[in-house]
Amino acid sequence: MSTSALQLRSRFRAITDHTVTVLAIVATILVIAPLAVIFAELIYKGISSLNLDFFTKVPAPEGETGGGMANAIVGSAVLLGLSSLIGIPIGIGSGIYLAEFGRGTKLANTVRFTADVLNGVPSIVMGVTAYALIVAIKYSFHLSNFIFIALAGLIYVISNLLFIGILILSVRHLLRSARSFVWSIRVVVSMILAGAAGILSLGLLVLRLPGPLAFSLVKSAIDIVQDDRGYSLSFGGHFSALSGGVALGIMMIPTVCRSTEEMLLMVPHAVREAALGLGVPNWRSVLSITVKTASPGIITGCMLAFARVAGETAPLLFTALGNQFWSTSLNEPIAALPLQIYIYASSPYEDQRRMAWAGALVLIALIVIAVSLVRWVTSRGVLKGNS
Amino acid sequence: MDSTLPEIRIHQPQTEPAPEPESAVAPAAVPEHSVIRRYLLARGNSAVTDHVFKVLMLLCALSIFLIVALIAYQLIDKSQLNWAQSGLKFFYTASKDPVTGQPVYWDPVNGDFSAIPFIYGTLVSSFLSLLFAVPLAIGVAIFLTEMCPRFLRGPLAFLTELLAAIPSIIYGLWAIFVLVPLLREYVNPFLFKTLGWTGLFSDDNPTGLGYMAAGIILAIMILPIISSLTREVMTAVPHSQREAVLALGATRWEMIRMGVLRNARIGIVGAVILGLGRALGETMAVTMVIGNTPEVHKSLLANGASMASVIANEFAEATSDLHRSALVEIGLALFVVTIIVNAIAQVLVWAVTRGTPSQAH
Repeated sequence: MSTSALQLRSRFRAITDHTVTVLAIVATILVIAPLAVIFAELIYKGISSLNLDFFTKVPAPEGETGGGMANAIVGSAVLLGLSSLIGIPIGIGSGIYLAEFGRGTKLANTVRFTADVLNGVPSIVMGVTAYALIVAIKYSFHLSNFIFIALAGLIYVISNLLFIGILILSVRHLLRSARSFVWSIRVVVSMILAGAAGILSLGLLVLRLPGPLAFSLVKSAIDIVQDDRGYSLSFGGHFSALSGGVALGIMMIPTVCRSTEEMLLMVPHAVREAALGLGVPNWRSVLSITVKTASPGIITGCMLAFARVAGETAPLLFTALGNQFWSTSLNEPIAALPLQIYIYASSPYEDQRRMAWAGALVLIALIVIAVSLVRWVTSRGVLKGNS
Repeated sequence: MDSTLPEIRIHQPQTEPAPEPESAVAPAAVPEHSVIRRYLLARGNSAVTDHVFKVLMLLCALSIFLIVALIAYQLIDKSQLNWAQSGLKFFYTASKDPVTGQPVYWDPVNGDFSAIPFIYGTLVSSFLSLLFAVPLAIGVAIFLTEMCPRFLRGPLAFLTELLAAIPSIIYGLWAIFVLVPLLREYVNPFLFKTLGWTGLFSDDNPTGLGYMAAGIILAIMILPIISSLTREVMTAVPHSQREAVLALGATRWEMIRMGVLRNARIGIVGAVILGLGRALGETMAVTMVIGNTPEVHKSLLANGASMASVIANEFAEATSDLHRSALVEIGLALFVVTIIVNAIAQVLVWAVTRGTPSQAH
């Protein structure tokens, strides 16, 4: 009697075990299914409306067929560039602090905790903040003629020098990697380039030609109005690409910070000690040894943050606002891919809905590439999980 | 020669050993600096640059505090107008229509605002999503950590990761064109027919939008977050625990239940709360499917609105300052709630995963 009860019980236990196994498999299938369905739908509906026009034309007016999302793609690129400019340096900097200077300290733990919490703050709240900070308030200041010209000239020259300085550095780098050149050739080439930079910079200023990226960036971010007393400069006070970029940039910081920290923690201590043992100053050792060793991981971490921000719509709704026309100015509303998808998704026109699917396909392609890269890089090489 | 070239540092020491014995013979002589030391002295002290570098990095780290403070300040500052108007009542009372006696929740024209329908909508859709997502997420985590053949583990984990990387807007797009028609045609009528007597499922909403659609799409979105964290927590449980339970003759499920889930439960709760935090703040997908009507309905199939969706919908077109300030106050409430929820979740997940490396080995 007791044996059969025991048998019954072990039968029951075996059945429960099998049931749970089946349930777990079903759960996994149920989770993977939406992914498969979404991808199938995206590819099926998106491919059919992807054509050359999609990448080269601006949206057609309401109700007309044709047109594309070229302005939204460029707008997204502008917004993402701006947000990377804000988010990546600060994120990497704070990641370096957490991993290299503040290991185990109370301050670092608090920063890490705050970054994690900030990561969970809804994106729409970031949008409201950027709105309150830049869209709601107009920052304007007045400059007399002389100061304005001096300041503009200064920014112009500095941005040119920066631009050409980077050029020189890259040429020097190229020369250095070709070992047969002696150092004097490098110096001569550098001097020629630097001289050319100075002449070019001043020459461009005299000719009133547009400057390099940094200058155009400053110029396109600020409203400049000339009046009888001089110039008044202003930014903010209305929907603008700048506010959208700030909102996205703030969102990038915690992600970049945490992934940088994680990657730096994977770098073996021996590498740091070797650098310090050779008398390399600490800052140099951090930048050109530790960070360089971890750079594949850091770059992919940045790409992950980039991909996450690329799909963000909520914070752009009332900062960048969207734009049906071409615009690259930072001081005006700008179109963005996710915003355009949102507008088209609720459109009554079949053509615009197809456009939304195509836009979604482009967006998801970008993100899948980024995520796959992250996975590929973190699963091999120096950074292979030895933490 | 260019003294900054790195080769010099390496070659110079080889020419250096000669002077050392001489100085040992004549101790009275003024000690000659070694080549390395002279080189270092000539280069100057790097303490200043090191310090500047450290301070710069510290400033970057501190900027994270600054951002949180800035967000809090801006939200509080911009919601003052509505706070002065209705105070805390904004969150729990609504004025009544004098004619019909029905509550008026949200009337931008007359400047009559109450956050009730949005708080209700957010809570209903989030809890619905947890209801769907939690069992599935734990199932996936169990499958991936305990049952899955090794060759499938990587790809499946990658797929769930991918699910987390899809932007909200694409979920919304898919929900509008695939999920909502599905609900409208099949699921909602079925729910009404079988469970209509509970009052939770009505058939007066022919659109297919509503709390239910929002809950389902939110569930799909928070699933990967919960399952990947649960997986992390479960892998952190030491193998000795599993082996001990198995050695007592337990089946695999009993091993998972007693050896793994019991040890990981705090972390799993943390993962669920983190998922809840995501669900509370999720904006675009919810905005696209919840229906956007500021009303309170008992039926899960009715149109509603959530805190994030009302901000997304109305903020850009808010006409009066009071309207905008009411929206900012909803944003403030969302901010405070998500910060609290996330902080709790972080602490719980840390409590489980932090001490593990020392336990495991």
